[in-house]
Amino acid sequence: MKIMVNRRAQELEAGATVLELVALHTGRSLFESGQPSDGGRLGIAVARNGELVPRRCWAAMELNESDELDLVTAVQGG
Amino acid sequence: MEDVLQIDGVTLGSRLIMGTGGASNRQVLTDALLASGTELTTVALRRHHAGSDSSLFQLLAEHSIRPLPNTAGCFTVREAVLTAELAREALETHWLKLEVIADQDSLLPDPPELLEAAEELVRRGFVVFAYSNDDPVLARRLEDLGVAAVMPLGSPIGSGLGILNPHNIAQIAERASIPVILDAGIGTASDASLAMELGCDAVLLASAVTRAENPARMAAAFRHAVIAGRLAALSGRIPRRQQALASSSMLGRVEF
Repeated sequence: MKIMVNRRAQELEAGATVLELVALHTGRSLFESGQPSDGGRLGIAVARNGELVPRRCWAAMELNESDELDLVTAVQGG
Repeated sequence: MEDVLQIDGVTLGSRLIMGTGGASNRQVLTDALLASGTELTTVALRRHHAGSDSSLFQLLAEHSIRPLPNTAGCFTVREAVLTAELAREALETHWLKLEVIADQDSLLPDPPELLEAAEELVRRGFVVFAYSNDDPVLARRLEDLGVAAVMPLGSPIGSGLGILNPHNIAQIAERASIPVILDAGIGTASDASLAMELGCDAVLLASAVTRAENPARMAAAFRHAVIAGRLAALSGRIPRRQQALASSSMLGRVEF
């Protein structure tokens, strides 16, 4: 299926979850809770179709065709 | 009694809040943050690109500096609220610097949108630091809505024009019962001292340090300036006089 991630088209297998997408995108292994297995802090939040998806919901939330995902993080800013 | 700044039950040892925007690289930023002595620093929230590093959050954690995510670049209540929710999730803090600006040229706060966004975010449990115009009435309205701190601008963001309306800033500081943080427009150390002398509880700045020729040295200057201004504000300055007043006694003067 095709979804949009940060405004770019991306192919994912049907049934992929938000957790899988975040792991793929960040290149980090994540627990079901959304915490990184390396013990560090992830620093990422996700919006799906303009709505926040809390981290605790990432593992259970399956993505649908044409979903628009935004993955955000902290950058330098005043 | 120790003179510390308390917000949301948290004690901040420094009254200088640094922004991270504008630094040319990570090392320059780190050196400036450490030289400033800040314990709280603003960050923006932007799209994460695969392969890019998200280590700013990590960097702040390593140095025990709290992140204060902002809603920079938001023009509407809807944008600000979603950005705030994302920030709370990404940075694991419910502290938020609320910016709702009117347009890209002035970067001035848009009061009606700001008030509505502040009300909504307070309702959602955020500790809101509200970036505001230097308007005592707007500051009062924000306080009434339950924000944790009000942040009047000295002059437009990044302008380095200092405090254009000291009278209004003093009015805001005098009337507020929540912390007042002078935000935006600071150019050099004396601007920060003036803000503190006018009664502000803290100063927030970014460009004045990060875009200075020597950011770390300027950061140290601001650390001292904020402390100096605060001490002066607490010390009861002498009244202004029209005429000179000798500080040496005339008694026993040697006459020739």
